[in-house]
Order: sequence, then structure tokens, then C-alpha cells
Amino acid sequence: MAAAARFFIRGANSKLPITGIGNGSQSSFGGTLVKLSPSSNSRTKTQRRHAHFTFQPDPERTQYVIFGEDVAFGGVFRCTVGKDRVFNTPLCEQGIVGFGIGAAVAGATAIAEIQFADYIYPAFDQIVNEAAKYRYRSGNLFDCGSLTIRAPWGCVGHGSLYHSQSPEAFFAHCPGIKVVIPRSPVQAKGLLLSCIADQNPCIFFEPKILYRAAVEQVPVEPYTIPLSQADIVQEGSDVTLVAWGTQIHVMREVANMAQEKLGVSCEVIDLQTILPWDVETVCKSVVKTGRLLISHEAPITGGFAAEISSSVQEECFLNLEAPISRVCGYDTPFPHIFEPFYIPDKWNGDQPGKDTLLTIQSGSSIQMGSMSPLCLAS
Amino acid sequence: MMAAVKSMNKLYGVCVHAARRTAGLKASRLFQHRAFRVGAVQRQQPFDSSLEKPQFPGASAEFVDHLEFIQPNVISGIPVYRVMDRQGNIIDPSQDPQMTLLNTMDRILYEISFYMTNYGEEGTHIGSAAALDPEDIVFGQYREAGVLMYRGFPLDMFMAQCYANADDLGKGRQMPVHYGSKDLNFVTISSPLATQIPQAAGAAYALKRENMNRAVICYFGEGAASEGDAHAGFNFSATLECPIIFFCRNNGYAISTPTNEQYRGDGIAARGPGYGMLSIRVDGNDVFAVYNATKEARRRAVAENQPFLIEAMTYRIGHHSTSDDSSAYRSVDEVNYWDKQDHPISRLRHYMTARNWWSEDDEKSWRKQSRKTVMEAFERAEKRLKPNIELMFTDVYQEMTPNLNKQRDAMWRHMKQYKEHYPFELFFQ
Repeated sequence: MAAAARFFIRGANSKLPITGIGNGSQSSFGGTLVKLSPSSNSRTKTQRRHAHFTFQPDPERTQYVIFGEDVAFGGVFRCTVGKDRVFNTPLCEQGIVGFGIGAAVAGATAIAEIQFADYIYPAFDQIVNEAAKYRYRSGNLFDCGSLTIRAPWGCVGHGSLYHSQSPEAFFAHCPGIKVVIPRSPVQAKGLLLSCIADQNPCIFFEPKILYRAAVEQVPVEPYTIPLSQADIVQEGSDVTLVAWGTQIHVMREVANMAQEKLGVSCEVIDLQTILPWDVETVCKSVVKTGRLLISHEAPITGGFAAEISSSVQEECFLNLEAPISRVCGYDTPFPHIFEPFYIPDKWNGDQPGKDTLLTIQSGSSIQMGSMSPLCLAS
Repeated sequence: MMAAVKSMNKLYGVCVHAARRTAGLKASRLFQHRAFRVGAVQRQQPFDSSLEKPQFPGASAEFVDHLEFIQPNVISGIPVYRVMDRQGNIIDPSQDPQMTLLNTMDRILYEISFYMTNYGEEGTHIGSAAALDPEDIVFGQYREAGVLMYRGFPLDMFMAQCYANADDLGKGRQMPVHYGSKDLNFVTISSPLATQIPQAAGAAYALKRENMNRAVICYFGEGAASEGDAHAGFNFSATLECPIIFFCRNNGYAISTPTNEQYRGDGIAARGPGYGMLSIRVDGNDVFAVYNATKEARRRAVAENQPFLIEAMTYRIGHHSTSDDSSAYRSVDEVNYWDKQDHPISRLRHYMTARNWWSEDDEKSWRKQSRKTVMEAFERAEKRLKPNIELMFTDVYQEMTPNLNKQRDAMWRHMKQYKEHYPFELFFQ
């Protein structure tokens, strides 16, 4: 919770009141949900200036009660716990993760927070060499399965190099951990509770641009959403769009644009878990649509789209009617003033969508193949 | 500034003095509390603008009106606590620990020295392990086999791990000497140095919350103490008030790097007070000194929920590892001095001989017997098959993932086709 407070203080455009933070009466988990709660509703409009997507509440999942002001920094998700359960640590990421591993090894359920995903690298050794390998190397004598690492993730409009990164691909190359990214409050709660309950060390990346923008109805009672299962957000027949986190909302808009302007039916899939990822759902979809576009904010080279693309190509070679398209960030550090030009926004995504339509109409797969998404983005 | 120096010296003095007060001496409760408070008050002074003293929240100190840098005290460092001299004589009888321990200690001490590359550091393992509760969790580096031995880890299990045979609890996945035992609360060793230090702090925190009077001990070498994780672990355990003993084996070398290339302060012990940790330096070749310091640190760590730092001065008599020839960077004379004149085992032998608890005959028969036991375990381990190849894929996650299932199946298909190119006969089928 206190780490969350630091985020609010450091996030330049945050206007959330921070009263009540640091009273030590909330779990980290409560803090997360508070961040995603509608208490910030009134602020969202002022931030749309930077928004490159529009958040769409899921109409099928509105049967649950809404978080209100009465739950901000307390209420239904507040755990009345002692100071020994929620506490500040010294400012040291390798220490935070190492400490969390140790607590988990000794049997505690440890939920560690790294202030920004950009600052997770000092803990890379503890995550990759230690957390991920604990069970394997000890022959299952010891494990740190009850460890969850949360970290704000993704671009935020003005975060520049060190408040914008999407480091999931670095971790996707590491057997032994799970990497999970939600797209909205409902998924955030369900997936986070799954991560906490899962008997493997999990990294839970929270798209921080959604902390204030995303508002939807979230069930009060605990529920879980299974890990390693992609979610078909929208069914379609002409092309499969795969993304995760904030980018799902971009893909939905792309799907709408493609439908309206080009009459193309897009299937939108939220991968949700990066590692181990749901190969089956994605491949089934591509077998049906014959086309795949993957999009992520992170740089394209070595990004996780490469892994998906390569796997789908192996599994669905006979079904693919066009080269798989990757619409990603450029291979540069994440810039400050150039952010609107950097991110793979809906216009980037829409162009391959258009090409897909042309492909479908002309019955040729050559056109899309000739268009590099990176060229299109300029 | 002088005041600061003085108070620092005082703090050192307090540490040494406090740790010297062994359980046998029945140190006064009041004294301990004061010693603890000194650090605590210095860290967190309440704001009071009426006082004519600095009100900076970051430190509690007086103003000083002349410029003076604090000089590190490396020439005359923190003294080395010892109980018996090189001939095994107890220097101060009040420091002599309970005698009943001796037999066990001795036997185990002798046993290890035959086959482990822990030469010269046996005293640190046994002395500290004997002072712990069996329920205390041990995080080690890779030169603490004596601790496991003291806790009763069977020879066959040591061998199974080194041979990576089917009996290995680690399922043959790690390099030799990376032991672990759940039953004996000895957390599996890993190669990356110092990673266990903040982990040990986290485990100690979990134990504190359990409130079951358990502590954690975390061993590391003086080289590993240079890692960032050491800094993290010390600082976390102090600020989060963890019942932990940091046990540094300062044996003078990190592979070929001598300590003067490792640090320029007064060893590792001098860093403790900087983190607000009670610290002591002991003679690592003196099992009783190690035992006394650990015993007292353990008692107070659990009672007061605070970390302790023990720096055991010793000498790495053996090579760093089998792939290292230490004569390339240090003199034979130096090694011989420690091997022949100041060795933990010979010191203990002197002590026991002087009390008629040990004789030349005992020595001979014990050597013969332990050599035989070790050789038998060796042969048994050598003959055992290696674990089933399936075990390459399990325990990556708690569950088998579809991806891993697929890869395992692919491996078996491949193996069936090209079986003759792989050492199948060595593995359980």
C-alpha cells in the first residue's frame, strides 16, 4: 500500500487524494483494487487528452456491484491487518524480491510490489536465477510458489524511458515463473487472486494507465480467473487480433473500425497470461480466421509477438492466408515527447486491418504480406 | 564529529562486550535492553524543536563546529573473540561452554575433514550448528556441509547429491555440493552468490510472524558480502527487525582474490554497526568461540527480533574448488601455517587430549573407521543409476504445463529414434 502511495506521488498527473495511505490498514491486494476502483471516475475525463484508446466496460459482466467512494482506501477490500502484514521496505528491488522469496520459502504468502515495472531489473537475478528455479533445483524440497510480484506496467502518456516499459518478454524467456497482465478491473482482481493462490512465483503487471481510466463493475466477493487461458473478448471470422493489457482496448477499437469501414469481422483475443501462454486458443482462432495480427507496446525485436508468431506459423501453416503481422513499439527506448508517435495505436493497427480486408476481397494474400506494419506506422 | 566517532566506538564496544557475555555468564537483561535501545534511538529521534540539537529526521546526532572526517579504523580493528589458544587451552574458564557437546562435535568434526573441501573451516560449521535449534532455518553458500553433517544428514545423501544418482533429493539437477534438506531445515544451495542473504531475511520475517521461537542463520563468504544482495539483506533485516544471524566466513580469499582487493574497511564485522546490527568477530578456528557467539546471538535474535552479524576469521586451506589450483596465487608456507599450526581440528584435539577424552589410539581407530564408512558410501553412490530422464521436465512449475508435456513427448520420440547416441544405460527407465 505504501508502495502504491509512492506511485501516486511520483505519477506526475495523479490527482488522487492520498489521505489514508500509510495507515497500514490495507493489504497490497486491497491497494490494487482501490487503484482500479471507480473512486477515480471523476478524474478520468481530464486525462483523455493523452488517451490513445477508449475503455469499454464489458456488457456481459455487469451483474456485479460497483465499487464506490465508500470503498476507497478501505471498505470491502480492506483487510484489517496489523502493521506486521503491510509494511515499507528499504528502497532496494533486489532486496524486495529476495525478501519475498525467503518469506515464501518459509511458508508465508508474499505479495511484493515493485514500484514500476521499469525498476524490476535490479531484481532480475533474484527472479530468474532464484524464484524461477527454486522448486526445480531443490527437487521440490523447497519452493517460493506463494510469491506474487506486482508492478505497474506499460505506457502512461508521459512516462518516458523509466515509467513506461513493458518488460514481459524478458521474463517470457524464463521457465519457472508465470507472467500475467490484466486488461481491466474485473480481470485484475480475478487474475491477481489466481496469481496469489497459484503455487508458482507470479509476476503480475498492472497497466498503470488503466488505474484511473478503467471503471467497471467488479464483484465484491473473491473469484479467480484461470491463468494460462486466453480470453476471446470478441468473436470474429476474418482475422485474429491478439494483444494484452491496455493494447486489448486498442485492438477492440481497431476491430470496430474494421467492421464499420471495411466490413471485416475481427476476433479479439486477450492473451492475459504471457507465460505459460495459451497456444491452443490462439491457434484455434487462427485456424478459423486464417490471419493473425499481434500487437504490443514493447519493442518489436525479441518482443513476445515473435514467440506467438513463430508458434502459430508452426501450428497453423496450412491455414494461414497471409503473413502474420506484428504491430509493436519501435526498437528504441520509450521516448517522452514522442510518445504519440511511438505507441502502436489504433491507426497503426487499423492499417493492417484494412490490408486484411483488401486481401479478403481480392482473394490474394500478397498485399498484406507486402505491407510492413513498421512502415505503415510512419 | 568526535562525538560521533566516540559513539561509534562505544557501539562497537557494546557489541563486542555484549556478545562476550555468554549464556553461562547470565548477562543482565537491563544491559541488553540498553544496548538495543542505543541503536534504536539513534535511528528514530522524535521531532522536538525546543531542543538545541539537529532535528534532521535521517540521523540523531549533535552539531560539531570543526571539520573532521571520520577515519576508518582498520589498523586496530574489531578484536577477534577466542576461547582456547592454539594448543587447545581455555584462556578464560568462564568462557568454556558445556562439555557434553564435545563428543558429538568432535566426531562429526573428524568425519567431515576426510572428504569435504571444507579444510580449515570445519570449526565454523560445527561450532555454529551446535549452537542452533534444529528447527532454525539454515541458508548457506556452499561451504557449510558441516552444518548439514551436524544435523545428521546421512553420508549416503551427501554422496547421492554429488553423484547425482537416483537417491539425490535434488533429482540430479544441480552441480555437486549443492545440498538441501527439507527435514533438516537446510535450504537448498544455489550457485549465484549472496542471493540467499535477503531471502534469509524474508524467511526470518516469516518466522517472526509465526512466533514459534525460531531463527534463521545465513552463511556467506567475505567475497559474497561484496554483492548488492548482501547490502539488501543486512538493511532489510535491520529495518524489518528480523530474528537472523548473519554468519560470515572470512577465510581471506574469494577464489584468487585476497581480501585487500575485496574491501578496504575493517572486514565485514565493521559493516554491521553501519546497518544498526550488533556485530562480533570471532576466531573461526576455535569451535568454542564460534559456539559461544552463535549461542548468544541466537538467543538474543529470537528474544529481541533483531539481526546479528558474526564474522568468523578463518583460512581457506583447500583450493577454492576442484577446478582451482590455489598455489598459483598464494604461498605454500602460508597454507602450511594454517594447516599445521592453527587448525580447528588440531586445536580441538589438543583440548580433548589434555582432558584425557582422546588419545592416539582413539585417533587411529577413528580415522580408520570413518575412512571406511566414507569409502563404502562412495562405492554405493557410484553404483547407483541416475534418475529417470522424465525428471528433467518436472518441478519447473508445480504442475506440468501443456508446453512441457509436448516437449517431453517430443524428447521421447527423438530418443526412441536415436537411442544409441545417448547414455541410456546409466539412467533409471
